[in-house]
Amino acid sequence: MANKKTDFNFIKKTVEDVTKIRRTRLYIPGNNPAMIRNSPLFGADQIIFDLEDGVAVNQKDAARILVRNALKELDFGDTEVTVRINSVDTEFFEKDINEIIPAKPYAIVFPKAEDEKQLLDVCNQMGVVEEENNIPIGSIKVTPIIESAWGILRAENIAIACDRLVGISPGGEDLTADLGAIRTLEGEELLYIRSKLVLAARAAGIQVFDTVYTNIRDTEGLYNQTKRIVRMGFDGKACIHPCQIEPIHRAFMPSEREIERAERIVEAYTMAQKEGVGVICVDNRMIDVPVVKQSERILKRAEAAKKR
Amino acid sequence: MEYVENIIGRKIPKEVNGRKLRPFRGIGMEPIPDRKTATKIRRRLPGEKKLLKSIEEAIIKSGLKDGMTISFHHHFRGGDKLMNMIFKQIAEMGIKNLTLAPSSIHPVHAPLVKYIEEGIITNIQCGVTGPVGDAISRGKLKGLLIVRSHGGRARAVEDGDCRIDVCFIGAPTADEFGNLNGVEGKQACGPLGYMVPDAQYADMVIAVTNNLVPFPCSNISINQNHVDYVVHIKNPIGDPAGIVSGTTRITRDPIRIKIARNCVKVIEASGLLKKGFSFQSGAGGISLAVTQFLGERMREKEIQGSFGMGGSTSALVQLLEEGLFKRILDVQAFDREAIRSLKDNSSHIEIGASQYANIHSSGAAVNVLDTVVLGATEVDIDFNVNVVTESDGRILHGIGGHQDTSEGAKLSIIAIPLLRGRNPVIVDRVTTVTTPGMNINVIVTDYGIALNPKSPYYRRLKRKKTIQYKTIKELRDIAYKLVGGPPDPIPFKDRIVAIIEHRDGTVLDVVRQAKDK
Repeated sequence: MANKKTDFNFIKKTVEDVTKIRRTRLYIPGNNPAMIRNSPLFGADQIIFDLEDGVAVNQKDAARILVRNALKELDFGDTEVTVRINSVDTEFFEKDINEIIPAKPYAIVFPKAEDEKQLLDVCNQMGVVEEENNIPIGSIKVTPIIESAWGILRAENIAIACDRLVGISPGGEDLTADLGAIRTLEGEELLYIRSKLVLAARAAGIQVFDTVYTNIRDTEGLYNQTKRIVRMGFDGKACIHPCQIEPIHRAFMPSEREIERAERIVEAYTMAQKEGVGVICVDNRMIDVPVVKQSERILKRAEAAKKR
Repeated sequence: MEYVENIIGRKIPKEVNGRKLRPFRGIGMEPIPDRKTATKIRRRLPGEKKLLKSIEEAIIKSGLKDGMTISFHHHFRGGDKLMNMIFKQIAEMGIKNLTLAPSSIHPVHAPLVKYIEEGIITNIQCGVTGPVGDAISRGKLKGLLIVRSHGGRARAVEDGDCRIDVCFIGAPTADEFGNLNGVEGKQACGPLGYMVPDAQYADMVIAVTNNLVPFPCSNISINQNHVDYVVHIKNPIGDPAGIVSGTTRITRDPIRIKIARNCVKVIEASGLLKKGFSFQSGAGGISLAVTQFLGERMREKEIQGSFGMGGSTSALVQLLEEGLFKRILDVQAFDREAIRSLKDNSSHIEIGASQYANIHSSGAAVNVLDTVVLGATEVDIDFNVNVVTESDGRILHGIGGHQDTSEGAKLSIIAIPLLRGRNPVIVDRVTTVTTPGMNINVIVTDYGIALNPKSPYYRRLKRKKTIQYKTIKELRDIAYKLVGGPPDPIPFKDRIVAIIEHRDGTVLDVVRQAKDK
């Protein structure tokens, strides 16, 4: 897939872009100044300022301006800041892109991703705004949310649509409705979709984030669901209330045993690299590069758990 | 006016309204007086009755006259009806120029403003919240407000700095011979701890109840030998809805929860959270959350603490009932559950204000506290705390046990959000010093944790990698940046309206009359 802007000076994504710890992605309504100001304090790995579903139609302009100014003025420390803009089919999309890109969020969360062409168009449009504002093209990343059956079927193409993409995620509520399924605690209706997105993301070398858990009072239910999606291979989960951060982080916390094994694997791999040994074994098992990568991910999560 | 600078750099006049002030010289530096005060000797012969039928009769019998000092407790908090009721009677009887020295004044006492304006109340000695504080800030009180901590008040009453002529005790339950308790009756409020020094040291003690029980009343908090008369009235002396605090629910505010969790992290890192641990916390949202999260950690680590102290709350009672604490020391109770538990559970120990926090005693309970988590209106870069004056300079809060517990406890933590609305909480210099910074060990805010470099726990806490610290100046800078710079200085008039005493009776600071903008 040719990207018009890749021809020259396109800032490619780095290893950091696709391996950073993003266990929690906290939605903050774009029209709530107090929440925006406090957003870096909650301890989420990533914040998503929402201009889409979380903002009423008559508040869209106010939210856009507020988020733009917050991005320019506030210090978010080491919390990654992204913005969920309105979808392409709305009148707000262009205004969102034009106002938000110059304020340089880490990424744009792009809702209702349907296919690779649509996404490429969006990425190109972002490039135009970047260029106009003297921002290196490709600086601002994209994480699409796939919210329809059609989109899910195109997930593997969406995941490689543009070099800006660092992660994908399903939109649980809309997807369930589109499927005609019923949302359950166990999540069996989304099992295939989740599995498919993990597969598509890993094939594309990007991250994959799970959808929100809507019952904010049920922190144990959230913990259990997060445990399940961690086992499936997800890198993080969206959340809609700060009280959801702690249970998600807890679910992402590797066990002592996992940490200890991961340390041995990474150590053995590093030694082997130094000594030029091709094959390494830990606990009598041969270790390949994906296992090393997985171990590195575990150690990163353990490190993150100490901080937040 | 001649001034002298106290040890924390505040200019204290040598004399205000004929009252000589001693500047604060540091903890334990002020020489102690020789003897406590003594009350009048009274006599009750066999057969003499103590029961009276009306407030008017009680005031006449008490011998109350112009210029005297009277006291009340604040165990009914926002539900108190007694103080207003008594003052209505006093006003009708034409008594003037009184010094009012209750354990606290609340917004429910707004009607007193009228009596202040009429010169019926000319001096006040206590912590003040609400309209009375506002009136004092605006210069309506003829004399002075002396603000003391709970322990400081007990000391002043016992030392004779604040001699009580007549003490009116609202008693949820009393017998006709003057045995009182606060755990029974419709107006149950828990302990009567703040009135213990008054009962023992006032010249005249009058109990007012609407729940008279046959002698002897069970559960005795204040004994018959201290009580001169018992007034049995029909009208309620308190409103149960206002007696229990509204802040009994654990906060859901994620910022406050984060602060509370960080407090627990600090307590754990200090090494104090081990077998025999003791703890005090209040009834605010953060405090309750700290109590709950501490409980979680004690459960996980299978630690049994020795005692929790309160202001007891349902959160603390739960830890007692689970066996996480062996005892609760109660000087007051904030909610129904705490009152019920005090009545039914023998693991509670009801203590008086002096036993709780009086520095001039043979050892107050605060001295054996491991840790306390407190609030603040402002903290400055020298860790001085203000809990009394608001951002506009008006007097809107009392000190409570802040000074006492922070001085007594091994580790005192201030848990506060960095901003209140658009006001920075950490500032260069607090408007009024109400707790000296030398007693504060840690400040926990939503934007970071700062350690007092002079704290004995500084090095131990600093070593812990699990907590990232900021300096107090960094926190101040963040606060100033968020609100667009340091706040403008508050305009005050010259007149001194209030004196902030340290718990030893010396002066930490003075408050001047607020200037209307």
